[in-house]
Amino acid sequence: MKDQQDEYSVIGRPLIKVDAMAKVTGEAKYADDLVLPRMLHAKMLRSPHPHARILSIETAGAEALPGVHVVLTGRALPIRFGILPVSQDEECLAIDRVRYVGDPVAAVAAVDEETAEAACRLIRVEYEVLPAIMNVDEALTREDVRIHDYGPRGNIHKEVSLEFGDVEEGFAEADSIREDVFYYEGSTHLPMEQHAALGAYGPDGKLTLWSSTQTPHYVHRALAKVLELPASHIRVIAAPHGGGFGGKSDVFNHEIVVCKLSMLAGRPVKICLTREEVFYAHRGRHPVRMWLRTGVTRDGRITAMHFRSYLDGGAYGSYGVASLYYTGALQTVTYQVPRYKFEGVRVFTNKPPCGPKRGHGTPQPRCALEVHLDKIAEQLGLDPAEMRRRHLVPPNSVTVNQLRIGTVGLGECLDRVVERSGWKAKHGTLPFGHGIGIAGSAYISGAGLPIYWNAMPHSGVMIKIDRGGGVAIFCGSTDIGQGSDSVLAYVAAEELGIEPEDIRVVTADTDLTPVDLGSYSSRVTLMTGNATIEAARKLRAQLFEVAAEKLGVPFDRLRAARRRIFDREDPGRGIPFVEAAVLAEARFGTLGATGSYTPPKGLGTYKGAGVGPTPTYSYSAAVVELHVDPDTGFITVDKVWLAHDIGKAINPLLVIGQIEGSVYMALGEALMEEQVFRKGVHKLPSMLEYKSPTFLETPEMESILVETLDPAGPYGAKEVGQGVLLPVVPAVLNAIYDAVGVRIDEVPASPDKIVRALEAKRLGRIAGNGRLPSVVFPQPTVVEPVRS
Amino acid sequence: MEANQTSVVNIAPPREVHKELIRLRVNGETREVYVPVHKTLLEVLREDLNLTGTKHGCELGECGTCTVLVDGEPVLSCLALPIELQDREILTVEGLAERGIPHPLQTAFAELGAAQCGYCTPGILMAAKSLLEENATPTRDEIKEALSGNLCRCTGYVKILEAVELASQRMARNEAAPTP
Repeated sequence: MKDQQDEYSVIGRPLIKVDAMAKVTGEAKYADDLVLPRMLHAKMLRSPHPHARILSIETAGAEALPGVHVVLTGRALPIRFGILPVSQDEECLAIDRVRYVGDPVAAVAAVDEETAEAACRLIRVEYEVLPAIMNVDEALTREDVRIHDYGPRGNIHKEVSLEFGDVEEGFAEADSIREDVFYYEGSTHLPMEQHAALGAYGPDGKLTLWSSTQTPHYVHRALAKVLELPASHIRVIAAPHGGGFGGKSDVFNHEIVVCKLSMLAGRPVKICLTREEVFYAHRGRHPVRMWLRTGVTRDGRITAMHFRSYLDGGAYGSYGVASLYYTGALQTVTYQVPRYKFEGVRVFTNKPPCGPKRGHGTPQPRCALEVHLDKIAEQLGLDPAEMRRRHLVPPNSVTVNQLRIGTVGLGECLDRVVERSGWKAKHGTLPFGHGIGIAGSAYISGAGLPIYWNAMPHSGVMIKIDRGGGVAIFCGSTDIGQGSDSVLAYVAAEELGIEPEDIRVVTADTDLTPVDLGSYSSRVTLMTGNATIEAARKLRAQLFEVAAEKLGVPFDRLRAARRRIFDREDPGRGIPFVEAAVLAEARFGTLGATGSYTPPKGLGTYKGAGVGPTPTYSYSAAVVELHVDPDTGFITVDKVWLAHDIGKAINPLLVIGQIEGSVYMALGEALMEEQVFRKGVHKLPSMLEYKSPTFLETPEMESILVETLDPAGPYGAKEVGQGVLLPVVPAVLNAIYDAVGVRIDEVPASPDKIVRALEAKRLGRIAGNGRLPSVVFPQPTVVEPVRS
Repeated sequence: MEANQTSVVNIAPPREVHKELIRLRVNGETREVYVPVHKTLLEVLREDLNLTGTKHGCELGECGTCTVLVDGEPVLSCLALPIELQDREILTVEGLAERGIPHPLQTAFAELGAAQCGYCTPGILMAAKSLLEENATPTRDEIKEALSGNLCRCTGYVKILEAVELASQRMARNEAAPTP
């Protein structure tokens, strides 16, 4: 942070992305755009049953079809995998049992897609249909059906019970206690790009996979495990990425299958999922039922909070253990919660597996908490914005669940959206049908722990300077559209004093680039940024050493900017960057350096303490203004104001792009998006039926950047990819209440629910479903608070 | 299907396909392809002509990602059959720049960050080009209407609207876009 007194030459400018021209000209080659000589095409045969035993698979007919090269079944790939070491429960192709409609049972590589598909139809699979578990209640009560043979009991994948401080003591101190039940429906990422993967196994025994993945490093590890090849013989390349949002951060069966098919066929093999298959691949937002009990004093200070979550996990583990912990982790990092208890359970059901979607496990509890606080404020006669404002977590403190807080811009975020939206004049005063709502939130800037236990860096960067002044930066990070390649170029350019267009960025290629764990948990800018700074400063020191000698200026008076290295006190005195590079190469030999980043250790040592810690939390606040038609229940969102504590905007244009995209995605979840099933079959597996907002439904947005310069981030930067989605959903629900006086404690707040709630209110009844699944949580692990 | 019943899945494959020699005008060039008649324009562009700039998101005519222009009108290439389009002028994103100089829409999309993952971008550029040719200075509502058949999951649409407006202003003033 030494350079902060200087004006930045690159950081903070609204620059074009390094890959922008490739994307607007159609030149960027996404995974399905790749074609290799002799390439075959693959298709997978999938289960039509949500739960069944495989009695036999007969492939002779498919094998006999002209044009078919390989027919593969699960017996050829017996090793299980999964993204988390604790949930290695997936098979590439089901061996004995299918667990959801769409679970693959066989795969074919053929000369073209049509032949592969025809061959799939010739495969005879005999199933014994088993009873299927379709929801959390069934998972908890049907003792006779067990989807997996692991987990504490029945169909429970994971259960958690943690108590921080004495919650009962806190409730005893409260002036009032409130309880609410919420339901947050599942939704899916709906990336515009269908997942595609191309595997190529060469006669040299080396395997290359190009895939639309957010996590090439984890795919690399899974391939080595399942295919039993040395990791050093496998290369995974994340192709330019057509939308992720968390949906391409698992290891997928089709990625491993095309590699195996290529090994058996001796030819490259490509697969591209159909849109329907993408809906079934899923790994999206968990449907979560929640119960929340909070004790407060008269001025809205929280004395204790007890939270329960019930997650419908779908058929496999995926990131589910982390998702479950995340539903209970971040309640404490916004407003002060001195005593806190969290109980949660994730169950298996016979539906496509859920996983991480933008905000991973935190939008559901954040929505519940912010609506709950809105109700508490009303009960106490307090302004909901002011009540939140009064009880913020202090900066540089430690929460009751042992999370370390850095800078906190939440107060300023709340103030700014209140001011810009005209909140004070509007809240509670707008005419019937017209309302305004507010909410705050927080999110991690990168998970504190990697997915598999290891002591190595989370992010690595190599930089090379050539004698022509060209700079190449190599990093395993994966640009999924958020601009992470550009961030590498901006940071390296800033540190070396050149322009981003002078830099060649090479990323997401396990043969060429040092490991970065992937584009998940909003970690990339903070971690790769810090690693880049470290690498670039090593090189800058070499450049400054030769420049200092050449110019006769002390080393620490030098500055690099705009392709020159010069004397800060006499900027006319300097040498071009290229000249410094030549002098430095002559002095030191080939110019190259590495940098790496590992997040600070979390404070907590209790089981589950690995989920929640981060180098720094981002904060956001949203105000939503909308109209509700009381006759039809239709909602028109007029405007969304979103203020975000970004720490420092490395490129404000890209930050605002992430905010606008998150607001949009949040409105989709709040108002219409549903990943729902009937007897295990997706009700809406197409882009027409699965409603998402179009140009016409997306309102005006105002993005406000708050910069708190957090010491943990590069130049003070925090995340923006995910956290900004969080406050928008509860702000919508709070605005609906302000508009028409009914609480929709459920997402999406679709027109039918609003009409039903208004009708119930007219008849003096209470609408909604306040019932909770019955589960006995284990005795809590009691964790004593630490002093901050 | 009731539990504990046995089911066998087995469906017959399709029969032989009929192929034809088709002459297409694509990005100002005449191209000939010999393809099954049911092959879509999207597939022929991507697989037979190697024009992979045109993307696909659903292959069912629902998302707008595969939009190309036929005689200046936006068409969903996943629903169009080349055999019906012989000698019509087809324009794809690869034909948008002229002699390497990007179209003002392309420059504006790049400058304003209207392409995040960039996957929906070619289709939206084509739909926007068609709009600006019919209506050089559309209002924001007119842009929304014209592009409402194109989904984007990254941008929240705002930067796209701003980019179309910027391109429209520059084109109306006949102003060259700055080199990005």
